[in-house]
Amino acid sequence: MSWDTFVNMLPLLAEGALLTVELLLLSAVAGLILAVPLALARVSRTWWVSIGPRTYIFFFRGTPLLVQLFLVYYGLGQFEAVRESFVWPVLREAYWCAAITFSLHTSAYISEILRGAIQAVPGGEIEAARAIGMRPHQVYARIILPRAFRMALPAYGNEIILMLKASALASTITLLDLTGMAKTISAKNYMPVETFITAGAFYLIITYALTHLIRFLEKHLHPDRKEPVVIVG
Amino acid sequence: MKFTHHLKGVAIAAMTVLAVSAGSANAAEKLRIGTEGAYPPFNEVDANGELQGFDVDIAKALCASMGADCTFVKQDWDGIIPALNKRKFDAIVASMSITDERKKAVDFSEHYYTNKLQFVGKKGMAMDVSAAGLKGKTIGAQRATISGDWLEKNRADANIKLYDTQENAYLDLSSGRLDGILADAFVNYGWLESDAGKGFEFKGKPVFENDFIGIAVRKGEDQLRMKLNKAIKDIVANGTYAKINAKYFPFSIY
Amino acid sequence: MIDLHGFGALLLAGTMVTLQLALAALVLGLILGLLGATAKLSELAPVRLLGNGYSTLVRGLPEFLVVLTFYFGATDALMGVASWFGYDEYIEVSAFAAGTTALGFIFGAYASELFRGAIIAIPPGQAEAARALGMTRRQTFSRITLPQVWRIALPGLGNLFMILMKDTALVSVVGLEELMRVTAFAVGRSKEPFTFYLTAAVIYLILTSIASYGLKRLEKRASLGVRELSA
Repeated sequence: MSWDTFVNMLPLLAEGALLTVELLLLSAVAGLILAVPLALARVSRTWWVSIGPRTYIFFFRGTPLLVQLFLVYYGLGQFEAVRESFVWPVLREAYWCAAITFSLHTSAYISEILRGAIQAVPGGEIEAARAIGMRPHQVYARIILPRAFRMALPAYGNEIILMLKASALASTITLLDLTGMAKTISAKNYMPVETFITAGAFYLIITYALTHLIRFLEKHLHPDRKEPVVIVG
Repeated sequence: MKFTHHLKGVAIAAMTVLAVSAGSANAAEKLRIGTEGAYPPFNEVDANGELQGFDVDIAKALCASMGADCTFVKQDWDGIIPALNKRKFDAIVASMSITDERKKAVDFSEHYYTNKLQFVGKKGMAMDVSAAGLKGKTIGAQRATISGDWLEKNRADANIKLYDTQENAYLDLSSGRLDGILADAFVNYGWLESDAGKGFEFKGKPVFENDFIGIAVRKGEDQLRMKLNKAIKDIVANGTYAKINAKYFPFSIY
Repeated sequence: MIDLHGFGALLLAGTMVTLQLALAALVLGLILGLLGATAKLSELAPVRLLGNGYSTLVRGLPEFLVVLTFYFGATDALMGVASWFGYDEYIEVSAFAAGTTALGFIFGAYASELFRGAIIAIPPGQAEAARALGMTRRQTFSRITLPQVWRIALPGLGNLFMILMKDTALVSVVGLEELMRVTAFAVGRSKEPFTFYLTAAVIYLILTSIASYGLKRLEKRASLGVRELSA
C-alpha cells in the first residue's frame, strides 16, 4: 500500500471513528439508565415483577446482536402499522435503529452486573439502615445503589469496551461507522486487508483511551481500593 | 465428522486447482466465471441454489462459442475484483461497468450490453431528480457501483445510503426508508415488474447512458480477452445473443 | 405456527453449519488458549511478549473486523507462503475455514487469560510433590495441573463458548451458509424479515440454552469431590 493511499484513508476513517464513539456513548448512557429499573425489578421476589426483566435479559443475552439489529431495522419495517405510526421517523433512520438496539442489548448485560453488585452489598449495612428507621426507598437511594454503582464500575467499564467492539455491526445497516468506512474505502481501493488493519489500529487506540479513562474514574471514585477483580471473561 | 469433511473439502479444492492449473493454458480450456448472484435479472440464485440470469446465460453462450469448459463461482460484490486478481476465477461476468478506475485494477473485454442509470421512486409522489430537487432526500445505491459513485459526484447534497447488495436497497425502498434508488435501468425494470416493485416507477429520464458493461479479466490476460471479444461478436452475429436478450427484456440491450 | 414458507429445511441446514463452525472454532480456540497461557507463563521474555501481545491485541479488536480481515487476508497469507515454494495458483480458503480461524483466534486470546489465571491458582506445592515422586513435566501437567485448570477455568470457558456461538452469526457476512445467512436468503425471497429473523433468534436461544444447561452439568462433574466454600 502506498503512503498516499494510507494517508488518504485516514480522514475518512477518523470520521467513521467519530460516529462509532458517538453511538457508543449514547448506548452506554442509555443502557445504564435502562438497566437500573431492570435490575431493581429483576431482584424482586414477586415473580410477576421479575419475570419481565428475566425474559428480556434472557432474550438479549441469548441471541446475537446481529439478529437483534436486523430484527429492529429490517423486521420492524415490515409492518404497515409501524410504518404509519409516529415512531417511524425515528425507526426509519439506521442511526436510531442502531442506537436503540445497542442500548437495549447493553442494558441487559449492565442490569446483570448491577444485580450482582446490588446483591453483594453487605447485608449488615442494609440491616443497619433499616434499624435506624430508613424507608425502603431511602435504603435503596442512600445505601444500596451508591455502593452497588461503585462495585459495578469495573465491570461496567468492561462492558463499555465490549460494546465498542460490538458497535462494528452498525456497518451492516448502512451506517458509516469506523468499520463501515473501512468497507467503503476498501471497495474502492481493492485493498481490504490493509484498510481493515488500519481501522483495527483506530479501534485499539480508542480502546486504550477508554480503558485509561475508566481506570482513572475507578481510582477517583474509590481511592482506597486495590486492583479490582474482573470476573467477566 | 462434518468438520473433517470440510477440511477434506479445502484440501480437495486446493488439489483440484493444482490439477486444473497444470493442464490449463490450451485446448478445451477450463474457465472459471465469477458472478455475484444477487443482481436479478442479470445474476441471481434460484431456490435450489443454482445461478441463473442474463449474465449467466451469456457466459454459457460465450463458453460454448469458445469451446471452453466453464464453471461458475459465486462471489460477493465487494470482494469480486480482489478475488479475480487472486485467481479465484478467470473472468467476471456480473454486469460490471467498464470504468477508468476499474481499468487500473483489471482489463475488460468489449461490451456485452449497454446500461443506463435511472432513478426509481414511489408512484404518485413527485420527485425532481435534479441536484436541487434531491437536496436532503435519502437516495440509496449499491456500494462500489457506478450508481453509488455517480450519486457521490453529482448529488452530493442528497443523503446517500450505500448497501451491500441491491436487494437490501430495494428492501429499504419498499419500507420507505429511502425516497428513491439510483440503479441500472434494466435491474430497476426487473424489480418494477415484480410484486415488490408494484407502487413504484421510474423517476425522470436516465441520468447516465452509454454505460458499457464488459467482462473483467486479470491484467495482461490478452489471449483470454481476445477470445472473449471474438465470442461476443460471434454470438451477436449468429442470433444467440438476441435469443438470450429476448428471454429477459422486450427490447435490445446490446 | 409461524409459516416458514418451506424454508424450514434450509434453516435447519444453516443451524447445522453454525454448530459445526462453533465446535471447530472451540477446538482451535482451546488449543490456542493453552498455548497462549503457556507462553505467558514462560521464563523467556520474548515468548511472554508474544503471548501477551497476541492476547491483548486480539481482545482489543472488534470480532466483526477480525472475521473480515481473516477472510480477505487468509488467501493472501496462504498464497504468499505458497509462492515461496513456487506455487502460484489460487488457494481456496473457504468461508468456513476463515471463520473458524478468526473465531478460534479470538476465543484463544480470551481463553489464554483464563487458563493463565487457572494455572497460577494451583498451589505450586502440588507440582513440586509430583516432581518429587518422579513424574516428568508432561505427566505433571496432564495428571495434576490440567484437570484442575479445567475445573477452575470451566465457568469462564463456558461463558466464552456462549459468546462464540453468537459470534458465528458474523461469519454470515463473508458468505458462509450458516443460520444467519440462510435466514437472510429466506428474507430476500419471502420479503418477511420479522418472521424469519425472529425464528433465527428463537433458534439461537435454543442453542444457547442447551449449551448453558450442558455447561452446568459439566461444571458439576468437574467439581466432583471438591468441597465448595459457601458462597
